[in-house]
Amino acid sequence: MAAAAHEEAHEPVGMRVMYFVWIWLLALTVFEVFLAYKQVPLHIMLVALMGMSIVKAALIVAYFMHLKFERLNLVLTLIPAMVVAILLLNTFFPDSARLGQLAIFR
Amino acid sequence: MANLADVAKMTGPEASAGTRTLSLWAGGVSPYGIPHKKLGMWLFIVSDSLTFSALLFGYAYLRNASANWPHPFHMWPSIAVSTLMTFCLLSSSLTMVLAVHHAQRGNRDKVVPWLIATMVGGIAFLVLHGNEWRVLIEEGMTPRKNPWGDAMFGGTFFTLTGMHMFHVLTGVVYLGVIAARWAGRRSDATDIEISGLYWHFVDLVWMFIFPLVYLMSVNQGGGH
Repeated sequence: MAAAAHEEAHEPVGMRVMYFVWIWLLALTVFEVFLAYKQVPLHIMLVALMGMSIVKAALIVAYFMHLKFERLNLVLTLIPAMVVAILLLNTFFPDSARLGQLAIFR
Repeated sequence: MANLADVAKMTGPEASAGTRTLSLWAGGVSPYGIPHKKLGMWLFIVSDSLTFSALLFGYAYLRNASANWPHPFHMWPSIAVSTLMTFCLLSSSLTMVLAVHHAQRGNRDKVVPWLIATMVGGIAFLVLHGNEWRVLIEEGMTPRKNPWGDAMFGGTFFTLTGMHMFHVLTGVVYLGVIAARWAGRRSDATDIEISGLYWHFVDLVWMFIFPLVYLMSVNQGGGH
């Protein structure tokens, strides 16, 4: 039983999936560069790039960093608090519009 | 089923197998089912992600406030080279996965070559990035001024990418140490896996810097 569990813990995915993830990461990168080349409007560009970056980050964390195959305890300890803390930074963001009105930034 | 005393002695995957019938929070066993070193690296990664988030946020904040943000990156050569840098990092993550894969399967001889391949990817990134810094500095960019627009661009760019480069450099040294220890049979598969977590995280950070700093500041012709 211990040996079977060992296999399960260390080998939940084969290398095939990892190559597949790598190809997806490269494909998303190429598409991002394509958007930059096509000169997409800035706001659409920002949303598209951030969306794809989050997908790429999720792929890296889930597969390369193996988090998809760890206990849910670990995932719930690490990820939600981190995401909330990062989002809380946005509290200050509207202030940058005020800063833009100041003469020093014109 | 293992008794509680045996369970308490177990670490890693064996512990998770033996304790499945016990409460995870009963004490004496790991509620996360991972070695403490790996948990330590995960906690470091979470805190480091907040550091980079703050730097990226600072960049976005100043850029949003600016009416004259520079767009110094031309598709050729800047974006082409930074795309190649992205390819180097993504591929070095794949070679890192291969190193961990072989370490966990006990293929001792295959681990160091893949770790070296990973380090080569990191060094290629550093060389290309260093060259890019050299070009920008030669064009007159400093942390306090640049010839294209808002002076704050230099400070935020050098801080953000410099911090990331420092992490890549640290990662290359870290992998070198781990590879040497593996060759000397002083590190195990868990150590390789933990160094992999760090390396993938450095790759992950670049997945945000590359689009937000480079692709959002492409020079579309017609001056800066």
